[in-house]
Amino acid sequence: MLRSLKTSLLAAAATVVAFSSAMAEELNFYNWTDYTSPELIEMFEAETGIKVNLDTYDSNETLLAKLQSGATGYDVAVPSQNFVEIMIKEGLIQKFGASGLSNYGNLHDQFQKPDWDPEGEYTVPFHWGSASMGYRKDLYGKDVESWGEFFEPGPELAGKLQVFRTPDEVLNLASLYLGVELCTEDPAEAAKILALFEGQKPSVLLYSSENMTDRLATGETIMANTWNGDSMKGRMEANENIAYAYPKEGVIGWFDSLVIPTGATNIEAAKKFIDFHMRPEVIALSSNYARYSNAVKGSDAFMDDEMKSAAEMVPPADVPVFASPVCSPAAQKLVDRIWTKLFQ
Amino acid sequence: MSSVFEKSSKARWLALSPSLFVIGIFMGVPLLIMVGISFLEQDTFGGVKPAFSYAAYRQLVMELDFFDNLVFDPAYLIIVWRSVYIAFLAMVVTLVLGFPMAYYITRQSQHRRNLLIFLITIPLWTNLLIRIFAWLIILGHGGPLDMPFRYFDPNFSLGLLYTPFAIVLGLAYVYLPLMVLPIYASLEKLDFRLVEAASDLYSSKWAAMRHVVIPLSIPGIAAGCILVFVPALGDFIVVTLLGGAKNLMLGSLIQFQFQTARNWPFGAALSVVLLLFVFVSMWFYGRLNKDEDAGGHP
Amino acid sequence: MSSKKKSAGGVGVFRGLATWTTALYVFLYLPMLVLFIYSFNEGKRVLIWTGFAPTKWYAKALSNEAIQDAAMTSLLLAVIATFLATSIAVSTAIVLARAGSFKGRTFSQGLIMLPLIVPEIVTAVATAVFLNFVLAKISIELGFGSLIIAHTVFCIPFAFMPIRARLQDMNTDLEQAARDLYASNWEAFRFITLPLMMPGIIAGAVLAFVISLDDFIISNFVATAGSTTLPVYIYSMIRQGVSPEINAVSTILFAISAVLVTIYWFASKPRN
Repeated sequence: MLRSLKTSLLAAAATVVAFSSAMAEELNFYNWTDYTSPELIEMFEAETGIKVNLDTYDSNETLLAKLQSGATGYDVAVPSQNFVEIMIKEGLIQKFGASGLSNYGNLHDQFQKPDWDPEGEYTVPFHWGSASMGYRKDLYGKDVESWGEFFEPGPELAGKLQVFRTPDEVLNLASLYLGVELCTEDPAEAAKILALFEGQKPSVLLYSSENMTDRLATGETIMANTWNGDSMKGRMEANENIAYAYPKEGVIGWFDSLVIPTGATNIEAAKKFIDFHMRPEVIALSSNYARYSNAVKGSDAFMDDEMKSAAEMVPPADVPVFASPVCSPAAQKLVDRIWTKLFQ
Repeated sequence: MSSVFEKSSKARWLALSPSLFVIGIFMGVPLLIMVGISFLEQDTFGGVKPAFSYAAYRQLVMELDFFDNLVFDPAYLIIVWRSVYIAFLAMVVTLVLGFPMAYYITRQSQHRRNLLIFLITIPLWTNLLIRIFAWLIILGHGGPLDMPFRYFDPNFSLGLLYTPFAIVLGLAYVYLPLMVLPIYASLEKLDFRLVEAASDLYSSKWAAMRHVVIPLSIPGIAAGCILVFVPALGDFIVVTLLGGAKNLMLGSLIQFQFQTARNWPFGAALSVVLLLFVFVSMWFYGRLNKDEDAGGHP
Repeated sequence: MSSKKKSAGGVGVFRGLATWTTALYVFLYLPMLVLFIYSFNEGKRVLIWTGFAPTKWYAKALSNEAIQDAAMTSLLLAVIATFLATSIAVSTAIVLARAGSFKGRTFSQGLIMLPLIVPEIVTAVATAVFLNFVLAKISIELGFGSLIIAHTVFCIPFAFMPIRARLQDMNTDLEQAARDLYASNWEAFRFITLPLMMPGIIAGAVLAFVISLDDFIISNFVATAGSTTLPVYIYSMIRQGVSPEINAVSTILFAISAVLVTIYWFASKPRN
């Protein structure tokens, strides 16, 4: 009886394994939380028969750490521009002849072969946007004009702030406020930045890069670091009082790309998936879902009207937008030190 | 089969080899590698450089300030202390709550005892995330605890989430069964005629409890304490989900090193510190207990 | 002593113990009840009640492909890990419970309990570094195998404990008699010892199975693409937003735990 039990267990396990590998071709997509349009995935699966498995992460740093730790099998990932450079240097993403893909010509000229990928070998544009903060205009009572209101909050904001969990963007925003150079290598400036964050900490409810608009919607927080599309989604779907701030010191701009990590196993499927994203009607699905701009000519025709005129989409002319630079190792060390000290 | 194992050491080691091999290679080696990593130099974007450095351990007590001066920095020691303190609190809470509970169960009829133990096992075997998620809802902004107050002020919130209170509550909730079960196992072996005799002698139930029951249940109490303290010390789920990542503790600090800070050697050094704590606790536990298998006979 | 004192109650039962204990049971189960109730919320945000929709989120959860995939992965992983861990635990338990004292006994005992002692976060990080990073440097890529190995390792002590307990409780006279009767040790084992051990083996297997299904920390660190287990997926759901779908999944999992405990209970009942 025991022998037959063991045999049937083994047989069952073998069947499941065989079955799963006999199933359709698969693609492992590793993307930011709440950044993947279900409609786009459905359309892709229907057209190609390739099954898409979605895993998510909450920040560039998490993606980098995951790839760095040797995790293989992710076929497509979505880093921001400054992290693309790091990943190329560390050998974490591979060349796949991006500019040779059939739809590459659909991209606006200025987005083809960008600074972080001059040969067009590693990346294809996904979305671009800004990082700033979302806030409850009704609960706060007025418009946000300066980053000082976030980094040196008044008593009415005690325990009502949500700050990004990882330093990349929010540290740069702090630098903008203090008038410090982005990616500074000066230890004295780094100390100033740390002091600013430490002064803010008592008013912070939690450090998280997820669920910002949910908490803003219920009033659990009044101000939270968000990205423009995230904030717009919150305003349209959860609570119309969520406003996106354009403080006078400026906001951080970012540009996300589709890349193929070095450990990818389904490279042909990955290329098809990436090529798919350069069709105007397809990328429009993603733009409409996540509320971010894209780089494909002709996609405007398929995008929702709100996308063209919304405040989140178009920064005011007098507010500067700075892209996060790639920090030198010395500067990166300071960043890490600030962030570690903050969480002690 | 017994005689084979009693006589032939070759047969013994043959039968033991699968577990020794699997655990040795896939647990022993990784742990040794961790210790090794703690002595290597950090690579800027994660990983390690093959260069010896004790910087990771030094970082525990000394910090390089922004000007590269070595300064005594108690911050990590504070985190370690905070973890020990909260884990200890959770242990005390579960002990105080759980001992009477275990005692009560022991005093029931066999039938009821089985039922009660059965009922305690079910939460224990339920996924940890689910049990914590439930508290996210209960303590949440606008959750059932806030409801009665919202009758008076629609925006009111007790603000219990993301506080050390929430962390201890979550830990106590998760580990209560693990405290109750060993104490029950210990108390079950008690001959309650002794207790009755004692209470006659001492003419008080409380005295009997203090002088007889509790001392005899020390093995169970010790086991329960270890089963709660050690996991609570290294926990990072409760701390992250209910604590809001504001209050770093040892478990989430280690996770932070490997996922965000990309400082593997320091994460490894912290792991070594955590392991040391665990081994010290186990040593205390060992002193209170004897190895039951020593004689080899059931 | 009078018979009255021997019944439930009697000496040593303090007043209020029953209330205390009941309160604690309520404490243990109430959160699950809350989860259950809020799973009926029609609205997308758990804490904002918009209506009563008893099946909406259960239907959504059960038809969610990602959940199905994760559940399949968890199940497959648990079956394989349980099988391996239990087999290893059986041979180890027999030696440790029957071989008397021998050199290296304490070491073996300690080693087999090691996965229990080491805090999960340390195991997770060490295993992930070893299986994904170090082995990759020498070009060994294990993929799903990493998870299987990691789970097997920490399931071994859990499978081991009930089996050893059963062996200790067993009456060795039967085994002695069997050795006299049967020609070979193997036959004695197969026809007498093993069947007698069965309740312990089943209990150990069920325990290992549950432990593997429930594991989160190690699976989170060790998992590579496409091998998301159910707890890992649930964690990402929790991080993304508190929706009643999580409540529905949680209630279902809670029910499954109850079933598994019941099986364990019947399996480990002493049969004589």
